[in-house]
Amino acid sequence: MFYREAGQFKTSYAADQAIFPIAQDRWFIAALLAVAYVVVPLTADEYWFQALLIPFLVYSVAAIGLNILTGYCGQLSLGTGGFMAVGAYASYKLMTAFPELNLIVVFLLSGLITAAVGVLFGIPSLRIKGFYLAVATLAAQFFLVWLFNKVPWFYNYSATGQITVPEAALFGITLTGPAASPVAKYLFVLATVTALALFAKNLARSRTGRCWMAIRDMDIAAEIIGIRPLATKLTAFAVSSFYVGIAGALMFAVWLGSAEPTEAFNIDKSFLVLFMIIIGGLGTILGSFFGAAFMVVMPIALKNLMVDALGFSTGVAEHVQIMLMGALIVFFLIVEPHGMARLWQIGKEKLRLWPFPY
Amino acid sequence: MKLKTLLGGALAAAVLTGTASAELVIPTLDYRTGPYAPNGIPFANGYSDYFTLLNERDGGIEGVKIRLEPCETAYNTQKGVECYEKTKNVGSGALVYQPLSTGITYQLIPKVTEDRIPMHTMGYGRTSAANGRIFEWVFNFPLTYWDGATIAIQYIADQEGGFDRLRGKKIALVYHNSAYGKEPIRTLEVMAEKFGYKLLLLPVDHPGQEQKATWLQIRRERPDWVLMWGWGVMNQVAIKEAASIRYPMDRFIGVWWSGSENDVLPSGMAANGYKSLAFHAAGADFPLHKDILKYVYDRGKAVDPGFRDRVGEVLYNRGLIAAVWAAEAIRTAMRIHGTKNVTAAMVRDGFENLEVSEQRLAELGLPGFTFGIKISCANHRGAGKAAVQQWDARAKKWKIVSKYYSPLEDVVWPLIEEDSMNYAKEHGITPRDCK
Repeated sequence: MFYREAGQFKTSYAADQAIFPIAQDRWFIAALLAVAYVVVPLTADEYWFQALLIPFLVYSVAAIGLNILTGYCGQLSLGTGGFMAVGAYASYKLMTAFPELNLIVVFLLSGLITAAVGVLFGIPSLRIKGFYLAVATLAAQFFLVWLFNKVPWFYNYSATGQITVPEAALFGITLTGPAASPVAKYLFVLATVTALALFAKNLARSRTGRCWMAIRDMDIAAEIIGIRPLATKLTAFAVSSFYVGIAGALMFAVWLGSAEPTEAFNIDKSFLVLFMIIIGGLGTILGSFFGAAFMVVMPIALKNLMVDALGFSTGVAEHVQIMLMGALIVFFLIVEPHGMARLWQIGKEKLRLWPFPY
Repeated sequence: MKLKTLLGGALAAAVLTGTASAELVIPTLDYRTGPYAPNGIPFANGYSDYFTLLNERDGGIEGVKIRLEPCETAYNTQKGVECYEKTKNVGSGALVYQPLSTGITYQLIPKVTEDRIPMHTMGYGRTSAANGRIFEWVFNFPLTYWDGATIAIQYIADQEGGFDRLRGKKIALVYHNSAYGKEPIRTLEVMAEKFGYKLLLLPVDHPGQEQKATWLQIRRERPDWVLMWGWGVMNQVAIKEAASIRYPMDRFIGVWWSGSENDVLPSGMAANGYKSLAFHAAGADFPLHKDILKYVYDRGKAVDPGFRDRVGEVLYNRGLIAAVWAAEAIRTAMRIHGTKNVTAAMVRDGFENLEVSEQRLAELGLPGFTFGIKISCANHRGAGKAAVQQWDARAKKWKIVSKYYSPLEDVVWPLIEEDSMNYAKEHGITPRDCK
């Protein structure tokens, strides 16, 4: 009815290969971006920015990062929390050592440092696969957190091992520290996410992304047709860690403002991001967003519903929320093992046939 | 123009014109879930029950009703931040925060400073916030972790027969491997140089269930004394492990967060003789507790009605004294500013000019519960003291077994100055002139 591509003709390969080949999708995305960039900053309040939107966007970056490695390249990683910590500490050290450095450069460098660390821990992936690799990345998780907790140089010899972000501005607008306005923070994170998501989407459709997927689907066959496994796996580790590192830097510098490694970047973070991509959909960029929204926003929404609307006591609400989240995860995976992104796709296909589905 | 500012503006206008019914909004950042819940619940109940009592018995503070805004943090810093954002603009605005978590405190210090809301981190949090010239919005009276470390060492010196006897002694610190547990290390190191004892550092990772290796090390090293900075399940595990290697319990001293009933009861008789620091009495033998049972529990107004038999536990009383001091600070603010409609900024002034003498405590129904406190602009920790309490496993009671010690100011203040000045330099804060 409304969602048809009848009459939309493609006259070039580029048009045929577009991210959104259907005009309605393009309008929808344009509308969504307009809402995100214009309507939300004008209407949302501080709580929405600080507790829901910024965390959602930060975790989206982390989920895209892990999705590149696990979803596209098939390398299971449990070291996400540790790599986020690398990004966070890199940004902290850069910001305290070079206060004049442009913030964009800080975040890019944090990503690159994390990419280097990720490649280092990715080297074993050539020889070990699956669960064994998961254990190797798990070691990275524990080692990195231990390192940042143990070596005083990383936290500038503070008495408690806490790191606190110094105030920094970009083009004269304060972005980090308590004085930064939530709108500025939100827009900065949103712009970062937009750029990174677009880059990831195009990377996944390029030769690099196809190599990743070939390795994921059957590494022996991929090797026989001339895809170099080491280079492919290491680029996946590098790009993935780059994203995860930027997510960690954003989490520390823009969202929270201070962190201690044992709590902010522990193993729970690795699992959280892994669940995001499993529920959202492995090997899809869109799924990373769905998963992040589900795991970040849903618990808070459930809690607020129970406490504010239904009058539960806070402790009970928290326990019920934990159970509900578990039940919802199981439900979604039973309904669609390929995640929410697949559900979305099925929904779109049904819409095209609407109102005469078969 | 945002919805919230609109609302806030409307509210402010309403308050100015005197149409809004005044209320005192006090958020309670509790944790009744997660690994630290056994310790979070009694504190949260004590804190809430006192305010409920004021509402039920006196119609609030000076006749202004208190509105509690509970929010569950599960001792998790991110949830703590979410709770802070959620509660800070409720009604006429939050008046004071008490997060009961050093991790959450570190997150909130810059935020409360920016939002101009006082935060009271009672005997926890960032020690150098004691310097009120730099940390205008943060209070950590009655005393800090660094004070606690010096008091523990003084007590040990007294037991050993003088400071000169500390030379060559071995003291171990078993600590929660987080900002909280690391707080006392620097002070203990400074004193180790000064008094010549050997310090052994033994971190325990969150949540603290796994301590076999730690206590094997203690068995091997045989320290003369063991100090503990633990919280939650870590405490009871440590006491069990200490008992299993037969470490003498009376040479094992916890900080005031490692000395509650939950920590010792699971070990039964094995915990007999365990010591911890304390800055107030335990037990429910005070007139205030009787009032709480009568006005709060008997009327069915308690947040946690099933807690009745546990009223008077150490951590319950800790929540109680936190609430008493907060209520007195609000009262002081009302007196200074001559209005019943206090704002968060006025409550900060109330905290800064807070004086609760032992006589005033008796008036409030807590005679001999703790020492008198007096806060000033430059010193946000007051001049607190702490005593050592010991667990009697037969009677199932904590008993105070030492005098109240004052901290070693000559050790602590220079460290506070140094650390807070570093903070001021990092964040571009000019110290206030406290005249």
